[in-house]
Amino acid sequence: MWTKERIVLPLIENLHEIEVYKKNGGYQNAKKAFALHPDEVIDTVKKSGLRGRGGAAFSAGLKWSFMPKSTDKPKYLCINGDESEPGSFKDRQIFEYNPHQLIEGVLIACHAIGANIAYVYIRGEYHKWIKLFQKALDDAYAAGYVGAGMKNTFGTDFKVEIYVHKGAGAYICGEESSLMNSIEGHRGYPRVKPPFPAQKGLWGCPTTINNVETLANVPVIIDKGWEWFSSIGSPKHPGTILYGVSGHVNKPGVYELPSGTLLTDIIYNYAGGVPGDKKIKCVIPGGSSMPPLRGDSLEGIKMDADSLKEAGSSIGTAGIMVMDEDTDLIAVLARITAFYYHESCGQCTPCREGTGWMLKILKRMARGNATKKDLDLLVSVANNIDGNTICALGEAAAWPVKFMVQRFRDEFESKMKDEIEIAVPNKVHSMRDTVNPIASITI
Amino acid sequence: MEFHFSEENLSKLSGVFSKYPNKKAAVMPVLYIAQEQNGYISNEVISEVSKVCEITEEEVMGVVTFYTMYHQTKPGKYHIQVCTNVSCMLRDGFEIYDAVKEKLGISNHGVTGDGLFSLEEVECMGSCGTAPMIAVNEDFHENLTKELTLQILDNLKQV
Ligand SMILES: Cc1cc2nc3c(=O)[nH]c(=O)nc-3n(C[C@H](O)[C@H](O)[C@H](O)COP(=O)(O)O)c2cc1C
Ligand code: SF4
Ligand code: FES
Repeated sequence: MWTKERIVLPLIENLHEIEVYKKNGGYQNAKKAFALHPDEVIDTVKKSGLRGRGGAAFSAGLKWSFMPKSTDKPKYLCINGDESEPGSFKDRQIFEYNPHQLIEGVLIACHAIGANIAYVYIRGEYHKWIKLFQKALDDAYAAGYVGAGMKNTFGTDFKVEIYVHKGAGAYICGEESSLMNSIEGHRGYPRVKPPFPAQKGLWGCPTTINNVETLANVPVIIDKGWEWFSSIGSPKHPGTILYGVSGHVNKPGVYELPSGTLLTDIIYNYAGGVPGDKKIKCVIPGGSSMPPLRGDSLEGIKMDADSLKEAGSSIGTAGIMVMDEDTDLIAVLARITAFYYHESCGQCTPCREGTGWMLKILKRMARGNATKKDLDLLVSVANNIDGNTICALGEAAAWPVKFMVQRFRDEFESKMKDEIEIAVPNKVHSMRDTVNPIASITI
Repeated sequence: MEFHFSEENLSKLSGVFSKYPNKKAAVMPVLYIAQEQNGYISNEVISEVSKVCEITEEEVMGVVTFYTMYHQTKPGKYHIQVCTNVSCMLRDGFEIYDAVKEKLGISNHGVTGDGLFSLEEVECMGSCGTAPMIAVNEDFHENLTKELTLQILDNLKQV
């Protein structure tokens, strides 16, 4: 049943089957929402305090209210299931265990913003989960909950078509404007904002983009009311959150818990603590783009957007990566940077080149061939990326570097030499091999 | 080699086109269908896709080269993808990657002489909670050890 602890992944066996979902009141909340004026639905979601679960924690109701009320253009909803942020593996749980609640959330959101077409963007590697979701969608179509059948089922003139768009292996397509370009059949280049998607989105039409988990919350908010939802967890970031715990823990996995649960509680009580009872050196609390925290500073940190901001990090996708005391942080940071180097779309020079330069320096550090000066050089490259790019991948690449070095300076410095030899001292050039960009990445 | 969509796939194409307001937008799913039929995206495939999607070959090429899941050369029968991103790395992802490289005798993007295996080091696959992992074509294998991974390769050889 849906409780204050379990909103998105309730403990109901076989809930992914449409019959089971129906038996538990499924698709009744869409019916309830369709009877309300769209503004009332937006108002309810706004008051509930629901914030986006895709990374930026922006108010879902507020985002919906940006959609123009009167327009002669079609309006679109995009559902972001790209889930490619390292450390994130929560949306796939929804595709697998509760797809109908997502579909119902899509219907309600479409009603609220006045969209008749929704695209569910799922990363291409999720073959299995695309099939599982498509099966649920086909069943919902067959039962008249989606598409032409809605007229009969719900007794309204309102109709929604939901299509799955399969990604093809590009992290950047999780960025909302890149995602839209990808659906339009372009290379997945992020767009300059403004204009924002609510003004000019898919094919230049008003568009809202929401994360899978965000929308899966919506039917329950309609069912139980905004007061109920807003009373769960942290008042400014209410509801439950799907925390994904990975790395050095005994029981990695996805845990749905109220927002604001203590980070140490999640790691030690739910995820079973660290193997061998080792100490924790470092935790990344929201997927690899977010600033890493020191293991000796975790006490009292609550897992919600505002508390983490105060602690010097960010909730991101709530993907918690735990590293024990024996972890080589230079190797970890080099691997993180290799990821952003590989995934940079290449539009902005600071991101395209800067990620390569950082990787070059970090690889040299990993080989033990660097001085303290290189640490400053590394941070200065990161600073020159931060804030100077079209999309937030720039920051995503810069933050781990800046904050890892700042917070673990002692460890980095202990591995630096006083003097080094560099084979070709002044050779500054792009690392990019345009013929086969991936082959050149080795750590 | 010439490329034309099979009858069966031509009917799939019309289903794909109906999802989008124009044919260009269907280029990604159309490329997937072509890749499934042809094994990889050859120049002839690009030319055919450009015709059915009513866009230039350059535009199709632009899409093909942007996304890692479109292959421009023929991969092995079993395309082995090993994740070495952080959550997997923390649980010995690199040891597994090295063991696979050694066992198959190929490096990143290589194909074995018999065409049975190809190898790709991949970014986070969304299996961090069940790390380390590899994918064989479309199937994920999770919670692996080096031994289990090598066993998977042995089993595939015998199929
Ligand atoms: C580089 C980059 C990658 C992103 N990847 C994802 C993703 O995989 N899934 C997602 O929901 N949001 C992702 N986002 C955030 C989206 O741009 C967008 O803010 C989000 O989908 C909005 O949904 P929400 O308001 O419901 O959270 C990414 C952002 C950036 C800058
Ligand atoms: S910041 Fe990086 S990923 Fe984003 S648009 Fe610029 S080059 Fe592309
Ligand atoms: S890091 Fe390997 S699946 Fe996420």
